[in-house]
Amino acid sequence: MTDLSMTETEPSRAAAAPLLALDDLAVHYAVTGRMGTGRRMLKAVDGIDLDVKPGECLGLVGESGCGKSTLALAIMGLVPPTRGHIRIAGQDIGAKDRPDRKLMARTVQMVFQDPYASLNPRQTVRRTLADPLRLHGVTDRAEIEGRVADMLARVGLRPEHADRYPHEFSGGQRQRIGIARALILKPRLVICDEPVSALDVSIRAQIINLLLELKDELGLSYIMISHDLGVVEHMSDRVAVMYLGRIVERGGWREIFENPRHPYTRALIAAIPDPFRQHAATARDKAKGEIASALNPPSGCHFHPRCPMKQDRCTVDVPTLDPVTAGHGDIGHWAACHYADRVGAA
Amino acid sequence: MTAPALLEVENLRIDLVGEETRHAAVEGVSFRIGKGETFGLVGESGCGKSITALSIMGLLRHPLAIGGGAIRLEGKEIQSLPPGQIRRLRGRKIAMIFQEPMTALNPLSPVGRQIAEMFVLHQGASWSEANAKAVEALRQVRVPSPERRVKDFPHQLSGGMRQRVMIAIALACGPDLLVADEPTTALDVTVQAEIVDLMRELCAANGTAILMISHDLGLVANICRRVAVMYAGRVVEEQAADEVFRHPRHPYTRGLVASLPLLGSRAAHGRRKLAEIAGTVPAIAAYPKGCRFNPRCGLATEICRVEDPAATPLPGDGLVRCHHHD
Amino acid sequence: MKFRANLLIGGGLVALAAVVAVLAPWIALYDPVLDANLMNAEIPPGTEFIFGTDGQGRDIYSRIVHGARISLTVGVVSQIANTIIGVTLGLTAGYWGGWWDDFVGLVTNLMLAIPSLIFALAIMAILGPGLGSLLIALGLTNWSYSCRITRAQVLSLKSQGYVQAARILGYGDFRIMFTQLLPNMLGPIIVIATLGMGAAILAEASLSFLGLGIRPPFPSWGSMLSEARDQITTAPWLSVFPGLAIFLTVLGLNLLGDGLRDILDPQSRERRA
Repeated sequence: MTDLSMTETEPSRAAAAPLLALDDLAVHYAVTGRMGTGRRMLKAVDGIDLDVKPGECLGLVGESGCGKSTLALAIMGLVPPTRGHIRIAGQDIGAKDRPDRKLMARTVQMVFQDPYASLNPRQTVRRTLADPLRLHGVTDRAEIEGRVADMLARVGLRPEHADRYPHEFSGGQRQRIGIARALILKPRLVICDEPVSALDVSIRAQIINLLLELKDELGLSYIMISHDLGVVEHMSDRVAVMYLGRIVERGGWREIFENPRHPYTRALIAAIPDPFRQHAATARDKAKGEIASALNPPSGCHFHPRCPMKQDRCTVDVPTLDPVTAGHGDIGHWAACHYADRVGAA
Repeated sequence: MTAPALLEVENLRIDLVGEETRHAAVEGVSFRIGKGETFGLVGESGCGKSITALSIMGLLRHPLAIGGGAIRLEGKEIQSLPPGQIRRLRGRKIAMIFQEPMTALNPLSPVGRQIAEMFVLHQGASWSEANAKAVEALRQVRVPSPERRVKDFPHQLSGGMRQRVMIAIALACGPDLLVADEPTTALDVTVQAEIVDLMRELCAANGTAILMISHDLGLVANICRRVAVMYAGRVVEEQAADEVFRHPRHPYTRGLVASLPLLGSRAAHGRRKLAEIAGTVPAIAAYPKGCRFNPRCGLATEICRVEDPAATPLPGDGLVRCHHHD
Repeated sequence: MKFRANLLIGGGLVALAAVVAVLAPWIALYDPVLDANLMNAEIPPGTEFIFGTDGQGRDIYSRIVHGARISLTVGVVSQIANTIIGVTLGLTAGYWGGWWDDFVGLVTNLMLAIPSLIFALAIMAILGPGLGSLLIALGLTNWSYSCRITRAQVLSLKSQGYVQAARILGYGDFRIMFTQLLPNMLGPIIVIATLGMGAAILAEASLSFLGLGIRPPFPSWGSMLSEARDQITTAPWLSVFPGLAIFLTVLGLNLLGDGLRDILDPQSRERRA
């Protein structure tokens, strides 16, 4: 397992201390088999090094079952790490630490995928936004009112919306409320879990623009979880690609999308239906079959059964996440593939 | 047009029947699909694309009912056929696959049996014949080791494998038309790419036409030769697939294309603010007067608020429903 | 809103019973206990005593009116107790899971396996007859359904985004249970409580009938039936009217419960457009 941290090879960015740093983070669940026998470990997240700097948007890409949701839960302190550390705004959370939930709440928040299920149908917008403030010690009524009104305005809702219930809003408006709730405690990092994929296509641009505006206005950092590579490319400064609990490639958005060095990243990009694409995807761009179960991951490189470029070595050796461009730019580009150079040459 | 189209939908109206009210959920929808043609129906949730598909299959249920127009299969009207005859058409002539195969498959029956059933039901095959054909059908949709997989129950298969089984069932009797309602929406992108390739190849090989229904304009444009864009129960634009993307004519389609963050556009043009379409999709009971897009349209003028635009033919081959399309 | 016969009839019957119970001292024509007069014993229904009199010459109408107080008190109070117990156990078991869930599940299954009337009988046998012990016996023995419903609701609501969001905002467990979960499952809980109320009134009648409930001479519908046992052939009105009172009240509660289920069903209340 590599424990090189991003900052060592990035002198120009080293000055900005990361807001979030994951150090060999692993989250394993014990899964009991049928008939209550055979406990096995589900390695949902298996040794991840990653950081997010203040004001940065990190795109997190991967298919269902890759562990990105578990990773998000761990960062928010909702599942304890099995191994490794999460350092976030002065808190260091390891396997044995119990995070200060309220402090965490003022640091990391989340925007959910489904705007219908993510709002309490029995609470007015005002209550949804004011209750967290009261819980976190804001007692002055005028201040609460002011902050609620300010937040509504920021997310593009009108003051009279405060006294309505969720069912009175459209999907896009509900997502605005969800964003307001995430920002009301002034967090520094917001995890956006597929924030537009449940919305109508004609509404998505509104929410994407809003998220980017708020990021600049409030100096937020985002972890943008999405399977829509177009959205990720549009929003992210850096991108990490996950596969079966591990990061297989990470780097600046331009490096990842223009010069992917992991066959899985290439397959993801090739799979996007895009009528403007210059040349059709070839067989060597495509992944075969489906993601394996994290309960029983393939040996060696987890991706090898689906990989169009598989060699014998891939079934045995676990590739480490290594730099593919030393000193190229200030962001670095890392890939966990034995043949990253060949992938790039294609 | 010389040869009769395989499927012809003409001026279709689908009503949402309330206790005292009747709202047109779909109105004035017309399109034709030729033999072996791939045709896309694109729109957001609630635009009426799925119920249009269901009406073709004869699967509309209360409170939805066909309120007018005609659906013709090889020139024969099928919208008023008795249920028994429609049922005979399904599977043999037209077949359908759904977004979530888990709900469309019988959870208590092995998938092989569910495929074999089609041969027994529609071709009068014996069960032993049908079982052999089921293995062959699974091999065709590239399910690995089909001899073993026929005995699997739906829950033992992954989402992609289940969708392959659905395709095998749908194509079992060599239908002329495959109606695919968001067939890959529940799947991961790499799996989606495989399923789409599979559908395209199998249908091309058998001369099966595809009616593809999706909210994903990019996906539909990739698969289909022609695309109709629906908004609020109407077809607002119909064109050849690349034209819809390259030269969208209706303000709604233009807005959609401009609002999509397409992969590669940031690298090419830098990060630009995405074009937004203001407002929200109207509910069926609240479709606006005149052009249904007018409250959200930047080009709307007085006539748009009063008069419903007619379908105007476009140069080349297509149509658009907009007062200001040029 | 649609015309709902069950809601209307059920609500009407329950409202009638409630009004009668509240206004009992004013609408009763005689004292239910003290106005015994053996001269008037077993008079059939007529103009002076509209429901007739019992073996001790007491006005049956007045006794039924006063009996409504006892029956409804038993129904309401015991069902409040059952609901509080069931909801608390169901909420915590569903939310926390683990050994506590296993334990609550085991106790619930035990409760369901023992007929609650037998259980209540045992408690009454220990505590002795009387209104107080009746409330305890019925209030502690019929919470399994509300517990199960609550737990099932928690399990389905727990994964909703807004519950997750509350955790992320730093809400404590109890705050989540009472502000996020409970308000969103009141519908089924109210339905179960309403149906349970009917069951409690029946149970009161049964216990009183067996002589373990309300002690004579105080009127409860069950004890009136019990006393009327011997005269069922000679003076049937002694049994018919209390029986009718029980029947109509329980029927009303059941219809009301069904009607509430129709309008409180979360699926019909908030459906995606």
